[in-house]
Amino acid sequence: MKRQIYANLQRKIIFITLLVSFIPLISLSVIIYYQFTQVFRNKIEEQIEYRARVQSNAIELFLKERTAILLAMADTYTFDYLAEKNKLERIFQIMNHRVGGFIDLGLIDSTGRQIAYVGPYNLISLNYYSQPWFREVESKGVYISDVFLGYRQVPHFIIALQRQENNRRWILRATIDSDVFESLVRAAQVGKTGDAFIINKEGSYQTLLRFGGEILSKSHLDPTLFGEGTTVLEKADKDGKKILYAARWLKKNSWLLVISQDASEEMTKLFKTKRIEIVIVALGCLMIILTTYFTTHLTIRRLETADREVNELNAQLVHSDKLAALGKMAAGVAHEINNPLAVIAEKTGWMEDLLTEEDFQKSQHFAEYKKSLGKIEEHVERARKVIHGMLGFARRMEPHLEDVDINEVLTQTMSFLESYARTNNIVIEKELETDLPIIASDRAQLQQVFLNLLTNAVDAIGKDGNVHLTSRRIDSEIAISVRDNGPGIPKEYQSRVFEPFFTTKQSGKGTGLGLSVTYTLVSSMGGTIDLDSEEGKGTTFTVRLPVVVPEKK
Amino acid sequence: MAIANILLVDDEIPFLETMTKRLTKREFITESASGAPEAIRMLEINSLIEVVILDVKMPEMDGLSALKIIRQRFPLVEVIMLTGHATIESAIEGMKLGAFDYLMKPCDMEQLVSKVREAAMKKRRHEEKIIEAELKKITVSRI
Repeated sequence: MKRQIYANLQRKIIFITLLVSFIPLISLSVIIYYQFTQVFRNKIEEQIEYRARVQSNAIELFLKERTAILLAMADTYTFDYLAEKNKLERIFQIMNHRVGGFIDLGLIDSTGRQIAYVGPYNLISLNYYSQPWFREVESKGVYISDVFLGYRQVPHFIIALQRQENNRRWILRATIDSDVFESLVRAAQVGKTGDAFIINKEGSYQTLLRFGGEILSKSHLDPTLFGEGTTVLEKADKDGKKILYAARWLKKNSWLLVISQDASEEMTKLFKTKRIEIVIVALGCLMIILTTYFTTHLTIRRLETADREVNELNAQLVHSDKLAALGKMAAGVAHEINNPLAVIAEKTGWMEDLLTEEDFQKSQHFAEYKKSLGKIEEHVERARKVIHGMLGFARRMEPHLEDVDINEVLTQTMSFLESYARTNNIVIEKELETDLPIIASDRAQLQQVFLNLLTNAVDAIGKDGNVHLTSRRIDSEIAISVRDNGPGIPKEYQSRVFEPFFTTKQSGKGTGLGLSVTYTLVSSMGGTIDLDSEEGKGTTFTVRLPVVVPEKK
Repeated sequence: MAIANILLVDDEIPFLETMTKRLTKREFITESASGAPEAIRMLEINSLIEVVILDVKMPEMDGLSALKIIRQRFPLVEVIMLTGHATIESAIEGMKLGAFDYLMKPCDMEQLVSKVREAAMKKRRHEEKIIEAELKKITVSRI
């Protein structure tokens, strides 16, 4: 039952301690982790957004440069000049030498027929009038096309411009080198899974993908998701993987440069940090649990010990209360019995007086009467002794302090018993330390204590044996031991010998008050008494009295 | 002349009666009173009383109070206190207040008899001294 209470208390303390430790620790970890994730993610987004912006500027510049040189050529030379193949070829070489990235160059008249052509394909004299880009150039003057197959049946895109010369319109057209352009776009890709590509307004790929994906095939991205400036968004790809996209419109909102990145790849560092954080928090929790458990365990053990001590103290208090109550009762009983006893004694005395009369002496039962009265007197005396003992026990006078030489009191007390002991062949040996200090104590009470112990020892032996009496100083105490070689006290009685009315002597021989009185007297003098007994070997009672230096008179 | 004139005071009637008979048998002239007020009245009437045997614990007036009155009003009368163990301190207190001696109940008759004799002797010696002193005064004044 008691154990259960302590176990419950321990559980409660552990629970509360863990609760108040874990809540802040875990909340803090979660908040820090969340904040850290947020900052980290922002950083990743900023980076990808920055790359998209820088690369789109580079691409725009690339296209502008190519457009500019083409414009310069068209402005510098006449239709007739350009129509000559060797001159066109020279101009093509200059253009490639200046800025590079051109595949071919062609001159087309207003009917759509290609007048001159420099390049790897055989496109001379082909008519472009029906081609969509031809209309765009006619309406806009300068036009950069989307990727298309054209007559060559190879995906490519062109920059074309129209010039007016003496009522004659003509078009100068150059094809951009896809490899050069692609490597420019691809410069924006990072990591093992990152990609960079361009799609047009309809969502068709304008450049090759890093991992598959045909040019001109439809992208799974919806271009309308991306607005002005640079847009960053996260989207699951067809495998369900979360991909981070940053995109920016180019070429007057007709092309969209897209940079993609596997979010998890970038977040790997974060996940590593997360793992470290989890390990630290877990270790912290483990340490809190262990510390809480051990400190609580220790505290509860201490509490248990303290409680036990308090209980023992309480038990002792109850015991002394019991003794005090018994003492009061004994005093009351003794007084009430004393008066009738006095009457009996007087009546008996009167009868004895009467027996001295002549006519009684003649009676044939005279001797019998006299004997009976003697017995009555003997038993009255016995009862008187019991009462004497009870009152001795009950009397709780403050000790009357005087200078006492313990050895002298012991020697004197011994002398009372010497003749009795000698008759029963009991030797009383003494071993008294010679220079014991004189102490302030109650001489009469001490005498009573020693007399009780010595009488007990002699009674315990009965006949033939010895009693050993010692006195010695131990630190601030004087220890007086009375050892006998009597039968000893059985273990089960040892704890009860100081209780009032407890006796092992034959009925009528002991009152059971001697040791109880002794105990009370020794306690009232601030001393202690204990016993050491072994059945068949004997008993030793040891009284320890504090050395109280007598006050100077 | 009788051995002594005694007044025995105790509230325990059987004790009182028996003790009176026993003392009378030992040729003491013994009066008895069952309480302190009665004892004082008897002392007033009977000036022959030499020794009072006074129980300490009595209901109406206790032995110590009675002792104080007796010592005050009948200074020549000797008092022996009779006590149980519980009132032994009172008896010792009585000695300080001028009681001749004290005895513990139940008491040994021979002891009591010898104490009473001693008390009576003391009283008589005291009286003789007073008479002698008076006689000297008278003689001196005649001369």
